[in-house]
Amino acid sequence: METVVFSLLNGTIYGLLLFMLSSGLTLIFSMMGVLNFAHASFYMIGAYFAYTIGATTGFWVALFLAPILVAALGAIVERYGLRKVHTNGHVAELLFTFGLAYLIEEIVKIIWGKFAVPYRVPDALDFPLFQLYGTDYPAYRIFMLVVSVTMLAVLFVLLKKTRTGLIIQAALTHPHMVGHLGHNVPQIFMLVFGIGCGLAGLAGVIGGNYLVTEPGMAFNIGPIVFVVVVIGGMGSLMGAFIASILLGLTQTFAVAIDTTFAQIFGFIGLGPTTELGALSISAIAPMLPFILLVLILMVRPRGLLGEREF
Amino acid sequence: MTDTTAPGSAAAPQRPATTELGPTPAQRFTNRVLPFIVGAAVVAAIPFMDPSRTAYTLLNIIGINIVFALSYNMLLGYAGLLSFGHAVYFGLGGYAVMHTMGAIENEWGLFAYFPPFFLPVIGFLGGAFAGAVIGWPSCRRSGIPFAMISLGIAQLIFFAGLIFVSVFGGEEGISGDRTYGPEFLGIFLGPINEVYIFIAFWTVVGSALIFAFTRTPLGRMSEAVRDNPERVEFVGYDPQTIRYMVFIASGGFAGLAGGMAAVNFEIFTPEALSLIPSGIVLLMAYIGGIRYFAGPILGAILLTLGQSSLSDFSEAWLLYLGILFIAVVMYAPSGLAGMIVAFARGATSPGAFGRLARWAAMSGGAALMLAGTIVLVEVLIRRSNGFGEVFEPYGYPLPHDSVMTWVIAIVPLAAGFAIIRALAPKDDA
Amino acid sequence: MKRTALLASAAVLAMTFAGTAYSETLKIAYIDPLSGSFANVGDQGLKHFVYAADLANADGGIGGMEVEIVPFDNKLNPKESLVQLQKAIDQGIRFITQGNGSSVASALIDAVEKHNRRNPDETVLFLNYAAVDPAFTNDRCSFWHFRFDADADMKMEALTDWLADQEDIKNVYILGQNYSFGKAVAAAAVRMIEEKRPDIEIVGNELHPLAQVKDFSPYVQKIMSADTDAVITGNWGPDMQLLIKAAGDAGQDIPYLTYYGGGLGAVTAMGESAVGRVKQITEFHENMDGGEAHTARMTDFEDEFGGLDYYYHRVFTLMEMLEKAVEEAGSTDPLDVANALSGMEHETVFGTVKMREDNHQLIQPMFVSTLSADVERDVEGTGFGFITDPDGRIEGEQTMTETTCSMRRPS
Repeated sequence: METVVFSLLNGTIYGLLLFMLSSGLTLIFSMMGVLNFAHASFYMIGAYFAYTIGATTGFWVALFLAPILVAALGAIVERYGLRKVHTNGHVAELLFTFGLAYLIEEIVKIIWGKFAVPYRVPDALDFPLFQLYGTDYPAYRIFMLVVSVTMLAVLFVLLKKTRTGLIIQAALTHPHMVGHLGHNVPQIFMLVFGIGCGLAGLAGVIGGNYLVTEPGMAFNIGPIVFVVVVIGGMGSLMGAFIASILLGLTQTFAVAIDTTFAQIFGFIGLGPTTELGALSISAIAPMLPFILLVLILMVRPRGLLGEREF
Repeated sequence: MTDTTAPGSAAAPQRPATTELGPTPAQRFTNRVLPFIVGAAVVAAIPFMDPSRTAYTLLNIIGINIVFALSYNMLLGYAGLLSFGHAVYFGLGGYAVMHTMGAIENEWGLFAYFPPFFLPVIGFLGGAFAGAVIGWPSCRRSGIPFAMISLGIAQLIFFAGLIFVSVFGGEEGISGDRTYGPEFLGIFLGPINEVYIFIAFWTVVGSALIFAFTRTPLGRMSEAVRDNPERVEFVGYDPQTIRYMVFIASGGFAGLAGGMAAVNFEIFTPEALSLIPSGIVLLMAYIGGIRYFAGPILGAILLTLGQSSLSDFSEAWLLYLGILFIAVVMYAPSGLAGMIVAFARGATSPGAFGRLARWAAMSGGAALMLAGTIVLVEVLIRRSNGFGEVFEPYGYPLPHDSVMTWVIAIVPLAAGFAIIRALAPKDDA
Repeated sequence: MKRTALLASAAVLAMTFAGTAYSETLKIAYIDPLSGSFANVGDQGLKHFVYAADLANADGGIGGMEVEIVPFDNKLNPKESLVQLQKAIDQGIRFITQGNGSSVASALIDAVEKHNRRNPDETVLFLNYAAVDPAFTNDRCSFWHFRFDADADMKMEALTDWLADQEDIKNVYILGQNYSFGKAVAAAAVRMIEEKRPDIEIVGNELHPLAQVKDFSPYVQKIMSADTDAVITGNWGPDMQLLIKAAGDAGQDIPYLTYYGGGLGAVTAMGESAVGRVKQITEFHENMDGGEAHTARMTDFEDEFGGLDYYYHRVFTLMEMLEKAVEEAGSTDPLDVANALSGMEHETVFGTVKMREDNHQLIQPMFVSTLSADVERDVEGTGFGFITDPDGRIEGEQTMTETTCSMRRPS
């Protein structure tokens, strides 16, 4: 029972972190057709910026400032890099962001070094909020929950209630038509790319001290974020949300389950000493998101709530 | 109506009495067969230059990568399928060969008579089989879904590789010994110069077969599927079937390369199945140029040399590789092969002198930018390492706190950039 | 040191098509990751070797020859390591050393065996300073391989010896990374606890995917609900840091017995939550008293390398024993040196060490230590350092294990 409650809580929080990352990617992907391989790299940059800024001004200023800087960086990358490559097609854009991911990781290593940096939870939030079945539950996790939900709400309001939001929504599903209507689509693209990267940066700011801040962090979380976006579907933020929570819960629960395949499939004769039989669900936990990805792509390529095909 | 064979019409090419629409036999020979003969001659001549063991090792890896990159380009360049998981077929072919090597060593049944020289054939079969199994669901779509499926499968198989230790050997992988088994033509696969003969043979054979494949109707149709799948359907072919068959062939040749690697290194680890080598073969093919058959060959040679030797010169070799890749994506999307072809065309068409002069100046500008970038990167790395090392190109010290260093870094960078901007052909936006 | 010069000279030699070069210095190839995610640990080891070489050179070198460490970057990849090995051999280097990654070590042992078999007049010796898969001194042992770090089984012998004396520990939880090393640690722990303290109950034995888990709180939760008194883990790198972090966050207060709790970056990442809880089993930590000369050496090392902690004491043991072997053998030919090293006894400031003749494993005293806040020398400037536990010294003989090694000795 305790395992279930813990996994539920932790899984949801991890899922919300994933959503912060994938919402930006969904926006970018749906509007521009660019699967931004470097998205997790902006997440990393957000964490590092927060670490550096926070060292002088404290966590709260960094929480505000770092995502804005990352968004600006994203806009610059779009304006001077991605736009140039756009004429060469989707594959070229994908490859550009692929190379960008390599580049950002190396540059981060040059500037901040190869080791992990001690980016810590701020003291104001570093206390156990409540006790659950005898173990302390840190307040910072609840803070993460609050920030993610707030961000979700703000994004929702922005997209549904403001004019720019309406245009962005339209461009999500019918980018060409929006261009025909006379809106400055390149500028919208730059704005959306910037916002997307800013969201990733925000995820980095609050995730970087929850996990470890080191140059390899982008490569660790990157593939999962793609899985979320693809499962969630094109053009759908709600899909990305559901997929993030789903994946967060799946991964967290899977890690907690010790049942082996032999126990599940014993009735058809799978022995517990065979290699396959001895495998437990927790051992294959890292594979689950990709199994889901392949299944969805084969069965329903537009994703859970996608509104159009790729 | 003018008679098309009328002599004296200004631009009419010389035609023989019968109308010949395709390339002449002489042209066919020069374009298709001669490069392979020349290539085989070069490859055969190398041992006579008495290379060192290191050089042989490098050449062997280059041979393996050439076949691997060519097999990848069957998917990317010819069929338009971007895959992030091609190393899976390389790896599965390689593992099949590793187990076969073990079977030869332990003399299981017929394997006692199997000459290790032909192990790459097993690799081909392994890769093709894997392609057949995995390819069917993958090939339903092309474009981004295909790329994502390939990514997912690559990760899946990589993790499976770590988990199923009896097949994949876990972290340590599977090792073998290529010196067992009957010899073929007296080639004992012990010393590295004899392994080179083995690798050279299979590189030439593999490349020739892949080239032949691209010229078959299936190869041609795959290009059609790349450009316009709907039209292919109108013509009466099923794009999915074509993609699937190309996928199997491509997987087979990747497995062939894997078999070569298995014999060369005598070890295979699950890391060889992962995203990292898949990413590197993508870089090789793309930097070389995906629209030309020889492009991946160039890319393979360049990147192999870069991977092994560049890390001796600089810690930041990955950074330079990333910059090169982005530069190619942004400014030379047809890759190195494309640049060479454009150069050749530019040098032979009218106005060559001015064009070549402009290009030379732009290359000079690029070289300046490169020099400035190198100084910047190397100085910054040493500064971030924090152990007081100073960048000393050719013995001239460039400490990071001296103004001169930054001048030397920034001025060439800015100057080179300005030159290129000034000379580049003007385009809109 | 002049690494650029070393790298440049290595590169120049590698790029020529010339045959093998004749060297008058005693070169040792250091094959470990010098770029990529593990560059920092590779770099750390390299600096220890370079310093040890300098020390030897200040004292006349080895066998009258100057010692030179030539670094090769293997990017933590077994295949790349083989390429670098070839380069080293081509440059005339006859001694190689490596430590990070048992998978790499495995490939190197194989490659060295094959090379020495196929080229008996150009043999190479492999001095392993940190790859601890027990197989290398058992089924996979090789005459040409010598290991200077206690293997995973030996470390477990030492840990369980200490554990046997802890009356208040009744429930133990084993957590590890799901690959050969983690499995070896778990198997050894189960076996040895059964032997030495059959009353201890192993309340959990879990393997988690290597470097994949971002949040260890489910594991911590399982550990808590099993009413654990102590946790045994061989985890290293991010897996170590995140585990301890999660335990600290959950307010857990039980000891963690680790192999690599003091590894590079671990203490910094773990922070205050680890004090008093994290224990490690190593042959050395900075607060062991080795006398004035030793302390002076540590301080000098840290000054030389900008505060990098002196960690691999065994590298210095390695260098000293190599020197002794060359002197005994009267030559630098790997076969002679190997014969001299085999069975060698050597005095160090912390006790006598012995290189076993049967499987080429170094036997040395091991120490169980705990992270504390009240220390003379701290780790990575955090203010925390390790202190040997009261009954923490385990003598070398106690750590010895049975071996299945039957190595092929060259005639």
